Amino acid sequence: MTKKTPLYQEHVSASAKMAPFAGYDMPINYAAGVIKEHEWTRENAGLFDVSHMGQAIVSGVGAAAFLSYITPSSFLKTPNNRAKYTVLTNEKGGIIDDLIITRVEENKFFVVFNAGRKDVDIAWIKKNLPVGVTFDELSGNALIALQGPKAEVALAKEFPSADLGNLSYMTIKESSWEGNHVFISRLGYTGEDGFEISIPQDKAPAFWSALLKNPDVMPIGLAARDSLRLEMGYPLYGHDLNEDITPVEAALGWVMTKGHADFIGAAKINPEPKQKRIGVKLLENGIAREGAEIYIGEKKVGTLTSGGYSPSLKMAIGQGYITSEFAREGQPIEIEVRGRRIAGMVQGLSFLVARTKQSLKKAS
Amino acid sequence: MSNVPANLKYTDQHEWLKLDGDIATVGITDYAQGALGDLVFVELPAKGRQVKTGESFVVVESVKAASEVYAPISGEVVEVNEALTKSPELINSAPYDGGWICKIRATDKGELAKLLDAGAYQKLAA
Repeated sequence: MTKKTPLYQEHVSASAKMAPFAGYDMPINYAAGVIKEHEWTRENAGLFDVSHMGQAIVSGVGAAAFLSYITPSSFLKTPNNRAKYTVLTNEKGGIIDDLIITRVEENKFFVVFNAGRKDVDIAWIKKNLPVGVTFDELSGNALIALQGPKAEVALAKEFPSADLGNLSYMTIKESSWEGNHVFISRLGYTGEDGFEISIPQDKAPAFWSALLKNPDVMPIGLAARDSLRLEMGYPLYGHDLNEDITPVEAALGWVMTKGHADFIGAAKINPEPKQKRIGVKLLENGIAREGAEIYIGEKKVGTLTSGGYSPSLKMAIGQGYITSEFAREGQPIEIEVRGRRIAGMVQGLSFLVARTKQSLKKAS
Repeated sequence: MSNVPANLKYTDQHEWLKLDGDIATVGITDYAQGALGDLVFVELPAKGRQVKTGESFVVVESVKAASEVYAPISGEVVEVNEALTKSPELINSAPYDGGWICKIRATDKGELAKLLDAGAYQKLAA
C-alpha cells in the first residue's frame, strides 16, 4: 500500500501521472510533460511536492557534537540559520544517506533526509543517540520546493514581510503563513535559486494553491526533478550513492570538515580510492541509463549509476563510477548500450553552472 | 481520451498499422505516446531487417526510460522514418502521421487478418 502526501488530491486534480516512489504515490509529471516542466523550472518557477522526504528536529545540549559524530561535517562552529549538505556514514565509511542539516538555534537542528531511507536513517540515528539529545520526526509537516529564477518574487508574495531578498543561499528563516509556523530554506535540488518550505500538512494544499495562482509558477513532477538534478551532477541516493561508497569515492569529500576525524567510519575512508564518481556525456546518438558499462578499449573501467537526457543541453548525459586513473576531464570512453558501444567523454559532475542565490551575487 | 483513427489496424501492444497491399506502415498509438511521455530518442531498425511477430525491433526512449516496441507482424523492414533520428518528438506530436516508425512488407498475410480494428483497440486503451 503506497502512502499519500498531503498534496495527493492536488496532483490527481491536476491530472498528474502518478507512480509509486519510495513508498509514496507521487506525481511523475503533469500535463505539460517532463521537458516543458524542466525548461519551466530553469526559466520561471517550478513547484515541487517533496513531502515524501523525512523531516526531523535534533535538539539538546549535545546535538552539535552528535551530528558531528554521525556525519563527516563538523557542526560545532556552524552559525545559527546555516544549512549544510552532508552524509550519514556507517562503520565502513560508506554512505547511509545524504541529507541537509540546518542549525536553527545553538542546540536545535532541522534535518531533511531521503524518503526511501527514512526507516534506516531513523533507526541509525536513534541507535547512536546519546543521552541529552532528542530526535523528533516532523511527520506532521509537508515539504514544498519552489525553484527557478522567478522563485523569490513568487514566494515573496506569500511572505511579504520576510525579506527573502536578504536570505542567502544555504540559510534558513522561520516565518509564518496565515498564522502557521514555517521553515523557509534557501536551497534545492535543481541548481536554480529557490526555496524549500516546511509547513504543517493541513495548510499545505492551500499554500500550494496560493503559489499556483501566480502565472510564473507551474507544478513539476519527479521526472523533471531527476533530469534537473542530473544536469547539476547532484547524486541520487540508491543510484549514485550507497552504503558501500565512501564520500571521497562519491566526490563528496568537500562535505568532510578539515581536521575533523571523530566521526563514524572516519578511519575507513581511503583518501585515494580505486574509483570515483564522474560525469559522462555521450558524443553520439543514443541514451545510456543506470547500469550501462563504461569501457576503454576492451577493458571495463566503470558503470553508470544515473543516465538520461538533458533537456537543457539536448544531449544524453549521466554520472557513474570509473577507475580513479581515468577520472579526468576529457578522458575518451565508450558506453555499452544494448550491445552497442557509444562514444563518450568523462567530464566534471556538473553540466551547467549553478544559478543559486550565492552564485547570482558573485555574478553581479 | 486518446485518439484512435478508424481507418487503422492495431495490436494489443499499442501499435498501429496502416495497410496498403502487403506493406504496413507502423507506429505507436496516441495512448502509447501519452503513457511514455516526451520521447527523446528512437532506435530504428535497419532497413532490410527481417522481423518476426513479437520480437523487439525498435526502442523508444523518454527522458526517464527506454521502452521496447515489438514487431506487430512478421516481414521485412523496407523503409524507416529517418526524420525520427533528429526529431523523435514527432511521435508525441503526430503519432499517426509524421511520427510513423517504419514500413514492413508482410510475409504472412494471415497475420493481417488478426489485427484489431479501431473499436476493439479503443476498448483496450480506454
